[in-house]
Amino acid sequence: MCGIVGLYLKKKKLHNKLGFYLSGMLDNMSSRGPDSAGFAIYNNNDSKKYYKYSLCLNKTLSTGFEQDIKKNFKDITIKNISDHVVVYTSVAPKKFISYIQKNFSEIALVGYGRSIEIFKQVGNPKEIVKKFKLEKFSGSHAIGHTRMATESAITVDGSHPYSTGEDECLVHNGSLSNHNNLRRQLIKKGKNFDSLNDTEVAAGYISQKLSENKSMKKTLTECLTDLDGFYTFIVGTNKGFAVLRDEIACKPAVIAENNDYVAVASEFQAIAHLPYVNKSNIYEPKPGVVYTWGK
Amino acid sequence: MGKIENLDFKKSTLRKINNYLQNISYKNNKREFTVKNPSGHHALCAGLTENISVNIKGHVGYYCGGMNQKAHITINGNAGTGLGENMMSGLIHVKGNASQSAGATAHGGTIIIDGDTSSRCGISMKGIDIIVKGSVGHMSGFMAQSGTMLICGDAGEALGDSIYETIIYLAGKPKSLGVDCVEKKMNKKDIKKIEDLLKIGKIKNLNSHNFKKFGSQRKLYNFNIDNLSDY
Repeated sequence: MCGIVGLYLKKKKLHNKLGFYLSGMLDNMSSRGPDSAGFAIYNNNDSKKYYKYSLCLNKTLSTGFEQDIKKNFKDITIKNISDHVVVYTSVAPKKFISYIQKNFSEIALVGYGRSIEIFKQVGNPKEIVKKFKLEKFSGSHAIGHTRMATESAITVDGSHPYSTGEDECLVHNGSLSNHNNLRRQLIKKGKNFDSLNDTEVAAGYISQKLSENKSMKKTLTECLTDLDGFYTFIVGTNKGFAVLRDEIACKPAVIAENNDYVAVASEFQAIAHLPYVNKSNIYEPKPGVVYTWGK
Repeated sequence: MGKIENLDFKKSTLRKINNYLQNISYKNNKREFTVKNPSGHHALCAGLTENISVNIKGHVGYYCGGMNQKAHITINGNAGTGLGENMMSGLIHVKGNASQSAGATAHGGTIIIDGDTSSRCGISMKGIDIIVKGSVGHMSGFMAQSGTMLICGDAGEALGDSIYETIIYLAGKPKSLGVDCVEKKMNKKDIKKIEDLLKIGKIKNLNSHNFKKFGSQRKLYNFNIDNLSDY
């Protein structure tokens, strides 16, 4: 099943409400996915100053992590939230990521970029939202996921959103049937995968295409021929997000749009609490059509 | 006539509201109900059995009015997947759009949708009349067995795929017809049926001449090796 949600705020004055609105959406979608949850928040403030690395620590093995990286890198700021840390630094991704992988192999890098922060955890979404204090987050847009595990284990590895490129992430409702083949092809092109999950492959595929300088619209249109299976995707970038449903459209989605925001969710229930939602333009994304919002 | 009774999701729960509406005695004076703040809840007004009228003020989730018998349900908003699924009789009127599989497997009664529906409208329907004032999505009327669909707008891909004896009247254009679905010649009975449905749906901008009739070519009824690729 799984529940997916996305919220894009059109007005800056609403940015400090992003986490509050999204937590209500994820809370509601726990009925579709009680196994794990995750969310990606995009905040472009200070995006020119530093990179943000979202890391999921391992409590027993990660002792001394903070002291270590503060010792080895200059200008490091660390934000602790539950079992995650976000590291703010000017150190470039290549250098920082390879250092983490070499010295702290038990730490999972769940996402990085200039505006994205990602948090994901195993457990009931209602509790995860509280643990990460999602209500307090601000930003321009966010996407989230509640998971009902089907084809891979209930682990942080298997939780969405999947981030396979700078400031990119993907949430998925559905299942893919050609992910093993596709994974092999992408590994040949130099992509790395941390799990056996189908969605991670789709995320890797999308990142690969975007890195070949294809537009979001073109990339997602190519998904329709290259990906086999059922899906409703929400793809996030630092500019905004995009929605795509496969052409058979078994997996639901509803969109509400007004002057203040665009909200996407698996079910209307998840967006029913948003302000003036009943006066919004409410519609279902059409099968096989790419929808994008953002700058 | 008793006066209209208000039921509100802000003061009650889905289970309580459904349980109450499902158990209205035929001796009861109360026949009219308003449901407020439905907030997309699923299975609202499913399994109603009495001749009551329920006016829902807002958007509903999945399977609204499922298995309905006799009740008249009005939805002042959009409806989720499976609207009036397996409905037996009565009427459901959606003033907004309906999602996938509206009227699926329904045996009788009428569904009126003022807006559009998405895919698989009337899938495997077994006797209901479905009136859609807008357009329907792909695979609508899939394996539809009996009853009538009146579509004032267009239809998506594979309209009436593997259709049995349901008749589809379409004012717009189908993106494509499904396997074994063909355009048929109208007769007087069809004209009468369309006029009746237009009246029920209070549709004034169209008349029976605007519609084309689609139904089964009946080529899939018996196995024929030449049709193998169509199964």
